[in-house]
Amino acid sequence: MMFSRFLLLSTLLIVSVIGHAELRATGDLGLVIERERGTALIINSSQKTILKRIEGLGDLSHASVVFSRDQRYAYVFGRDGGLSKIDLLLDKIEKRIIQAGNSIGGAISQDGRLIAVSNYSPGGIKIFSSDTLALVADIPAIYGDEQQSKVVGLVDAPGQRFVFSLFDAGEIWLVDVNNLQQPLIQKFKEVGSQPYDALLSPDGRYYIAGLFGESGLALLDLWQPELGVTRILSDYGKQDEKLPVYKMPHLEGWAVADDLMFVPAVGQHEVLVINKRNWQLLKRIPVLGQPVFVMARPDGRQIWVNFAFPDNQHLQVIDVKDLTLMKSLTPGKAVLHMEFTPRGEDIWVSVRDEDRVIVYDTERFTEKARIEAEKPSGIFFSARAHKLGL
Amino acid sequence: MKACLLALVLVTEAWAGTPSDTRQQQLIHLLKHDCGSCHGLTLQGGLGPALLAEAIADKADAFLLTTILNGRKGTAMPPWRDFISPAEAQWLVSYLRHHQN
Repeated sequence: MMFSRFLLLSTLLIVSVIGHAELRATGDLGLVIERERGTALIINSSQKTILKRIEGLGDLSHASVVFSRDQRYAYVFGRDGGLSKIDLLLDKIEKRIIQAGNSIGGAISQDGRLIAVSNYSPGGIKIFSSDTLALVADIPAIYGDEQQSKVVGLVDAPGQRFVFSLFDAGEIWLVDVNNLQQPLIQKFKEVGSQPYDALLSPDGRYYIAGLFGESGLALLDLWQPELGVTRILSDYGKQDEKLPVYKMPHLEGWAVADDLMFVPAVGQHEVLVINKRNWQLLKRIPVLGQPVFVMARPDGRQIWVNFAFPDNQHLQVIDVKDLTLMKSLTPGKAVLHMEFTPRGEDIWVSVRDEDRVIVYDTERFTEKARIEAEKPSGIFFSARAHKLGL
Repeated sequence: MKACLLALVLVTEAWAGTPSDTRQQQLIHLLKHDCGSCHGLTLQGGLGPALLAEAIADKADAFLLTTILNGRKGTAMPPWRDFISPAEAQWLVSYLRHHQN
């Protein structure tokens, strides 16, 4: 009797241990932000399934995410200054802090040990330990007569550096954080009016900020920062009437094929193609609205474009081979963001007002799956962990 | 003179009527999600200023109405007159006045 009870107990124990020991890898996981609920869905991009909804992430309008290099943790930057560290293995928030009043995004350092957050209010960046989220450095964006600028376009760069732009000041700052006690700040002034976002080339060499207040882009060569910031495409579209901009474009796309770079035109229904060898405008590709995200498939063959209000129900795809439109899709009302699977066979598209994410096959343009999500916005896959500037 | 007349028409129209319930829901949705991309989902501000009742207390109705309809030159605020009527903008202003976080 005693023995059989023991047997039963140990059997139960084994079963429960096995039950908990279901192994999970994180290389094909990701987060879908549900902006209105303040939640995020942990998803598996291979199975195309939702694993868990993480609650309590605060105000997630304009939320973005970076991943630890072991791909176990996702760091979510919320609009309310919240910084949340999510454990993708245990489906929970490991730690959450409110680090500023109003925030816009963040980056993880080259060595993975630091998380930098760019803030609107108080304007500047703050740097935290990626392990504990303890504050390790505070860099206010002070310019001119003791004014404080909103910070945008924060990225990590090789050499344990961060680069960001000051929206109000029209400056780009390059910060070396090898010595956290004394970060080395290099300031580039008068780079152009109202830089609104920026990107880093995938090789980590070029930092490029888009300008809202005037034509063109500001370019910093991180291999030769001593040359300063140069302006590219400053003559572009000067004589054209600029349309009202109902949503700020984002810079997060770079096609390396043929040394081309694709960026959204501000206030125009165009995608601009820039020749990276001489930084000249190669082509203006007319599209059906004002581009917001202009994203290259990982192999560089296609560029996927979504649009600002009131054309945000559409997507268009550019064929990089001959720089023409190859496909138009209408996923539904308010297409906010897109994310490619690591090698680009699928793209996940968030359709806010339809409460769903649609997964498309990028070769056939067919729908592969629909995932219910409440007012989804940003989609971020853990493959970003190993990419510079993301 | 033409501008004056237009302004008069706008103001008159602004008081013309309250949007239907359905339209009110659409306007709140627009406010949250589209205005919200710059002013924040909870209207606490972002690239654009905060729109909470307290933050706009010292701004006149006419100023807010003009800003919504015509945008503000030199800033990122676009004109919304193609999508929002003067009456709807007026309704939004009073909604904002009573909106607590």
